[in-house]
Amino acid sequence: MGHLDRTVRSFLLAELVAGMGATLRAFFKPKATINYPYEKGPLSPRFRGEHALRRYPNGEERCIACKLCEATCPAEAITIESEPRDDGSRRTTRYDIDMTKCIYCGLCEEACPVDAIVEGPNYEFATETREELMYNKDKLLANGDRWESVLARRLELDAPYR
Amino acid sequence: MVKVTVDGIQVEVPNGSSALQACEAAGKEIPRFCFHERLSVAGNCRMCLVQVVRAPKPVASCGFPVAEGMEILTDTEIVRKARRAVMEFLLINHPLDCPICDQGGECDLQDQAFGYGADHSRYQEAKRAVTDKYLGPLVKTVMTRCIQCTRCVRFATEIAGVPELGAVSRGENMEITNYVEKALTSELSGNLIDICPVGALTSKPYAFTARPWELKRTDSIDVFDAVGTNTSLHVRGSAVLRIVPRVNDEVNEEWLADKGRFAMDGLKHRRLDRPWVRVHGKLQPVSWQDAFVAIGRRLDGVAGERIGAIVGDLCDAESMLALKDLMTALGSSNVDCRQDGAQYDVSRREFYTFGSGIAGIEEADALLIVGSVPRQEAPVLNARIRKRFVAAGRGGFPIGMIGEPTADPTYRAEILGDGPGILADLRSGSHPFADVLKAAKRPMMIVGHGALVREDARAILAACWALAVEVGAVGPDWNGFNVLHTAASRVAGLDLGLLPGSGGRSAAGMMSGGVDVLWLLGADEFHTAQIGAQTFVVYQGHHGDAAAARADVILPGASFAEKSGTYVNTEGRVQRSFRAVMPPGDAREDWRILRAFSEVVGKTLPYDTLEALRDRLAAANPVFRVIGGRDVAGVSDLTGPAGDPAAVSPAPFQPVIDDYYQTNPICRASPTMGECSRIYVHPRTVAAE
Ligand code: SF4
Ligand code: SF4
Ligand code: FES
Repeated sequence: MGHLDRTVRSFLLAELVAGMGATLRAFFKPKATINYPYEKGPLSPRFRGEHALRRYPNGEERCIACKLCEATCPAEAITIESEPRDDGSRRTTRYDIDMTKCIYCGLCEEACPVDAIVEGPNYEFATETREELMYNKDKLLANGDRWESVLARRLELDAPYR
Repeated sequence: MVKVTVDGIQVEVPNGSSALQACEAAGKEIPRFCFHERLSVAGNCRMCLVQVVRAPKPVASCGFPVAEGMEILTDTEIVRKARRAVMEFLLINHPLDCPICDQGGECDLQDQAFGYGADHSRYQEAKRAVTDKYLGPLVKTVMTRCIQCTRCVRFATEIAGVPELGAVSRGENMEITNYVEKALTSELSGNLIDICPVGALTSKPYAFTARPWELKRTDSIDVFDAVGTNTSLHVRGSAVLRIVPRVNDEVNEEWLADKGRFAMDGLKHRRLDRPWVRVHGKLQPVSWQDAFVAIGRRLDGVAGERIGAIVGDLCDAESMLALKDLMTALGSSNVDCRQDGAQYDVSRREFYTFGSGIAGIEEADALLIVGSVPRQEAPVLNARIRKRFVAAGRGGFPIGMIGEPTADPTYRAEILGDGPGILADLRSGSHPFADVLKAAKRPMMIVGHGALVREDARAILAACWALAVEVGAVGPDWNGFNVLHTAASRVAGLDLGLLPGSGGRSAAGMMSGGVDVLWLLGADEFHTAQIGAQTFVVYQGHHGDAAAARADVILPGASFAEKSGTYVNTEGRVQRSFRAVMPPGDAREDWRILRAFSEVVGKTLPYDTLEALRDRLAAANPVFRVIGGRDVAGVSDLTGPAGDPAAVSPAPFQPVIDDYYQTNPICRASPTMGECSRIYVHPRTVAAE
């Protein structure tokens, strides 16, 4: 019986009609896709994107060269060198992240005792050359300056869960 | 021996041991801050609390003597709670600034808080803060981190013998201070950094440079004096970032002199990293081949006896032997390892080594120091003398000194006179100190280079030996005749016979125009003006110091950190160090340079590998077969060294070191040592600024 049933269905193009039906239904539903890059989806405050080094409101760098992020980074993407600054405080002279090595795990942000290194919401930092992805301290600090208001807001939103 | 039970484990410990030692014997770890094996017991941190059965409350195990049948519990709820509470108290006034603290990652407080403390803090109130103290250019202080264990105070007072640290005020206001704003005057001050269990005392030159987990460790030997301190080089990338001591009870216990600890920043400055040849009066950079050819051409037709070689103070035995073999192949017997012009009798090893051994100092019961300032020449060895002096108690270890010390010796020493004339008085018994030496069971004598670099050195050496024999300092079961060297390479040089052969010229003879071609292997400690104007100088070494400026050809060699080497310390103990980093630029290990050059002049040395060279070393002198160990033996043959004891001149002894911080090319290139020299040795110029 099953054999006859299948043959009749295939001659009547039942699957095709069902498929067209699905298309027709979707046609009148609201769209699931967005028009990237003109439109963007929502991001969690915990989204782990491009790194940034933050400053205190008075402009002082937060990073104190404790090297915990360097130690925790599973991809060994971070390189730090430090020495006493003229005022005797502990500061980095070099803070590099190799963004091609980074696996965007967020452990560096997790390890940082002063919320200096953070992973921001920015995921649009593709470059044309590999070298541009070797971030240095200036680049990271500039990122921090550019994104500070967003970064602060994200940390605030996430604070209750930490 | 006392039998005690620790957590059910029966152990036997010597009478008078502390409960802490008994716990350690049973393999139980007891947290502690103030207790340190080599310091007196203070018992003020209370971290070492344990439970003793039938005692009403937990006891501080470090100061609690064991008694027969005592039962100690180290892992009960009471003990755990007590430790948590002590830790909480310690952390009340601790700033918890581990992220910016250099001790982070190797801090006893961190480790023990993690292991024995509570998991969170309940303390909300204000914390105290303490002003930092100035302890000189080497030790950085962050006194807010101090937990008042007083280890540093006890170290300075007991071991270093400079009672310049102390505690003022009581209770919460207690502060460790040096009372006046003045640099610590000790050559051992760097050990404070190791001894402080927290980050209150850290290294100033190393401040904020690296974390302990980034460093690769390589075993090495300190070459800045002849003690042969066992060290560990901590390296990141291609830079030696710091040097710390390794424990060796026979040699340095766990101390390291400041020069050995801090001079390594000289390895980054003024390095020779490529060969140079002087063309028309100017040094030009060249390739290795050209440098070799230039020397080969100059050597062409020069008779063997017109070629000479002088070895410096920091050389390893391998390169010295290679140089000697090269000179022999070139037909020269002009080799010398004594750039300071010291004279020895090398017929027997007893005449030029530290016979009693450094650990042997602790067995001696009287000491005579002749022409030496151990505090400057060998600070770690001086700490041993002080240790013996302190342990013996008042009058238990009489010390006599011939020659005015240039610094406080850190123990009470009777100055018998300033010149070797006193030796005759001591021998005739007319000097009262002779009776002290005779009364002693194991008297010892230290002969320094203040005595050996003089014209009448042989006479002094003979007189010292004769005196040693007469007072019983040498005998079948005790050898108290000690020569204290100042150069790390010297004993190896003497063992390998780097001395002028028959008809050969000494260092002084070679310099004053005695040779046409002079090969300097890291030899810098003399005035280059002494070298004859016509002499062709080859300088093989690692630093562009005075001699390199005079050289006609410079061959860049490796420093102690950049080669595996064998060193023999003043005791005659053979020790090995390993390569921690690669030599900079085109520089190469010294024995390889000599081996390569020997091929250019057609006198190929018969070894291609370090192993082969070390076999040759062992063949040249059997002492090189035993690494690390040392026979402590008495002297069976009492015949003395050659020399007429009566021929001593009355001239006073001159100190051989006038600036402790500037004794070799590495120190002179080191900014840290330069600063120490300015602060400690030439303080007036600082005041004038
Ligand atoms: S996100 Fe992870 S992989 Fe990337 S730098 Fe931070 S720790 Fe390293
Ligand atoms: S400075 Fe360090 S060694 Fe000295 S008392 Fe304080 S914690 Fe102890
Ligand atoms: S170690 Fe026992 S009280 Fe400090």
